Amino acid sequence: MTNTIADIETADVILVTGSNTTENHPVLSTFIKRAALKGKTIILVDPRKIKLTEHAKKWLRPNPGTDIAWINGLMNVIIQENLHNKEFINNRTEGFEQILDTIKKYTPAYVEDITGIPADDIIETARLFAKAGTASICYCMGITQHTCGTDNVKSLANLSMLCGHLGKPGGGVNPLRGQNNVQGACDMGGLPNVFTAYQKVDDPAFIRKYETAWNISGLSPKPGLAVTEMIHKAEKGDFKSLYIIGENPLISDPDLNHAEKGFNNLEFLVVQDIFLTETAQIADVVFPSFCFAEKEGTFSNTERRVQRVRKAVEAPGFAREDWKITCEIATRMGIKMHYDSAEEIFEEIRKITPSYAGITWGRIDKGGIHWPCPTVDHPGTPILHTTQFTRGKGLFHVIDHQPPAEVTDADYPYVLTTGRVLYHYHTGSMTMKSDGLNQMSPECFVEISPNDAAKLDIGDGEMVNVFSRRGKIKAKLAVSSKAVDGTIFIPFHFAKAAANRLTNSKIDPVAKIPEFKVCAITIKKAA
Amino acid sequence: MGKANTITIDNKPFAFEPSETILEVAQRNNIFIPTLCHLKGTTPTGACRVCVVEVKGARDLVPSCATPAASGMIVRSESPEVIKARRNIIQLMLASGNHNCAIRKFEPDDWTSFHLNVLKEDNYNELCPVWGDCRLQDLAYRYQVTTKSLPVSLANYPMERVNPFIIRDFSRCILCGRCVQACREIQVNNAIDFGYRGAKAKIVAGADVALKDSDCVFCGECVQVCPVGALVPKETFKHKKRFEKTDKVRTTCSYCGVGCQMDLIVQDNKIVEVKGAEDAEPNHGSLCVKGRYGYDFVSSPERLTTPLIRKNGKLEESSWDEALQLVAERFIEIKTKYGSDLMGVLTSARVTNEENYIAQKFTRAVLKTNNIDHCARL
Repeated sequence: MTNTIADIETADVILVTGSNTTENHPVLSTFIKRAALKGKTIILVDPRKIKLTEHAKKWLRPNPGTDIAWINGLMNVIIQENLHNKEFINNRTEGFEQILDTIKKYTPAYVEDITGIPADDIIETARLFAKAGTASICYCMGITQHTCGTDNVKSLANLSMLCGHLGKPGGGVNPLRGQNNVQGACDMGGLPNVFTAYQKVDDPAFIRKYETAWNISGLSPKPGLAVTEMIHKAEKGDFKSLYIIGENPLISDPDLNHAEKGFNNLEFLVVQDIFLTETAQIADVVFPSFCFAEKEGTFSNTERRVQRVRKAVEAPGFAREDWKITCEIATRMGIKMHYDSAEEIFEEIRKITPSYAGITWGRIDKGGIHWPCPTVDHPGTPILHTTQFTRGKGLFHVIDHQPPAEVTDADYPYVLTTGRVLYHYHTGSMTMKSDGLNQMSPECFVEISPNDAAKLDIGDGEMVNVFSRRGKIKAKLAVSSKAVDGTIFIPFHFAKAAANRLTNSKIDPVAKIPEFKVCAITIKKAA
Repeated sequence: MGKANTITIDNKPFAFEPSETILEVAQRNNIFIPTLCHLKGTTPTGACRVCVVEVKGARDLVPSCATPAASGMIVRSESPEVIKARRNIIQLMLASGNHNCAIRKFEPDDWTSFHLNVLKEDNYNELCPVWGDCRLQDLAYRYQVTTKSLPVSLANYPMERVNPFIIRDFSRCILCGRCVQACREIQVNNAIDFGYRGAKAKIVAGADVALKDSDCVFCGECVQVCPVGALVPKETFKHKKRFEKTDKVRTTCSYCGVGCQMDLIVQDNKIVEVKGAEDAEPNHGSLCVKGRYGYDFVSSPERLTTPLIRKNGKLEESSWDEALQLVAERFIEIKTKYGSDLMGVLTSARVTNEENYIAQKFTRAVLKTNNIDHCARL
């Protein structure tokens, strides 16, 4: 997030899109709902009639996979009505002139054709957003999990820059991160192209810096593969071993039937986890590790706040801490990695990670600090881009609408979109150990609109088979007013009816993110 | 600082901000004023009136939580009249329901004999689940109020235990309305409200249905703010050994990316309760159903406890030495045979920064490849 969680509540207008916030970030959603209670304007853009619609002043319901079109549509109206922030555009950005030609095309009528959002709603929303003193954009996987995910995000940045809603309290472009430490895993270089703090692995200066810090030579200058690419290669036999720490891709990866083939093709699979997950079950070696309540360390949250994790209980049996297991493998492979504590590791991180350099465990003992925090006397940075952007001037990108990789047809006439429910988390390896949570959400369901259910002549609670070009699952039909005609929602938590048997593994070319939010399916009553 | 923004409390002058209440000025200056219904960050309701104070020139005592500080105001926080009023309020509350905490003759140091005596005297098998951790009991003790001379009301409504997380014991509810404020103004779920009137008054969910059939999403905010034993976490009630030592450990929630700060309440190496950290950003005490009640996995019998190695197609238990040696040898073998770039590591958005750092260092420095990723996109 460019801004903080608390900051959202202070915005005059909050545009929420592609985020079922009350179920996926429940506590963060309280800031949005309280803002609405105080009379602030919530604009919600989401195909599903999620709980947040009850708090929204404006609810736009786009066809899945048409985000660029409605965002460009808002920009079209804002420029047309001369509501854009010329001062911000002149002083803080570049490339504005270059987008004008493209934006011109996205008239409200044209956008209505693509998105299904009435032209008048586009116009009204554009005015609300542009005229706001401060406006915050909050988005989540509904924006990013598309083959055009990167362009969707850039479009939102365009919109925010156009109105000068960046770099100040109550503004910002705010991705809501879905996992406790997904921010930290990225910050720490758990990505194929960067070391810690996004220092590029193919930059000779950074290679030298890391070789010196780690006292080794021969770091690879070649960016690595994303998980989706590793699995594709493994399927063809071009990838040999994987060491998986605390992940369960056999439920969370797209197009599971293919992913399974990839995993089974590996010569050697090591899984380190707290449970015998679906992925661990096919491993050659499984290491038992600690859960969050058993160890010391830090997590970095969605607002870049580095916070402490503390040991409360002893781990079961012979389980070991993740970092100790990894260090032991390294040492046995001939490269000694030894630390006495997690804090000692953090001290090493600080030395080579500019954005974390000023953070110490002592400083965050009572409360976290937002990176970037370059020095120990720096207070941290709750709001990014207040005086300039990372690259200097904010760059407008020319972006055109592009259809999803798979569209509906006569054989597969429904759009499938996947996501989570309140009571479960990701692949359920943790939440499904709770009787209470299982009681509230016992099984998979296929959420469908009353109209579509009537057309299919299948009733609520009946079992259906759901087919895509890639696979089939069987689950209960849930007729719901949340669903829009033509679009089906299935949560991906449940191994027994894994929605990812259906999803498409086509990825965004830049972010390598799969298109979980749109694929084509058909539904038939189960015999 | 002129008199214009000065209030006098117990003969001492204090400066105040224009929007502050008497209670807020007092609390900021460490002057004790008891509260029950007051809930920070929400609209004051003045419902319980236990926070009344004496204001010079005012006809009646005023609720300090709902009365703005004014210049020249002279306040007595605990005058004999205030004490009398508070004792009355507390006594009526104690008599309004099943408050068998019996503020009677007892030696506070000797909890065991006291505990037994209460059980005997009250003829109750079930001592109040929040005994010793109850705002009303604390106040009754402080102001030495007993219910001895008053008839105690019988429960109007049966206990609700049909959901997996929260026990609603209406017999112990004092109708302070904190839960309603928390639900409406903090979590904004609007699941509960006051229902019925007079002696029949009750906190109702929806049209007086069970929580599980209402808009309730079991965030537990109401449980956290309940000052008495009317809302109790079910699992804690089952597993926490009362009057035995607990440890409290501040940590970060391990579910979504919001990073809520929470206190794990631990007894005998087991988490028995999770509370939102009220003094910490970003959540100020709020949690969701997963963070507050979804901790069973930590002590699940299904946890992995020993390394496993696949032998003859089956995963079998092994020693650490054997498993680590096997992995190191196979990695070296594969690296030699196929090269580094046919190997990869998936690190985790679930583990700590330190562990992620070690995972990428291992990948780059030991395997000598950049094939490292995690499920950021999934």
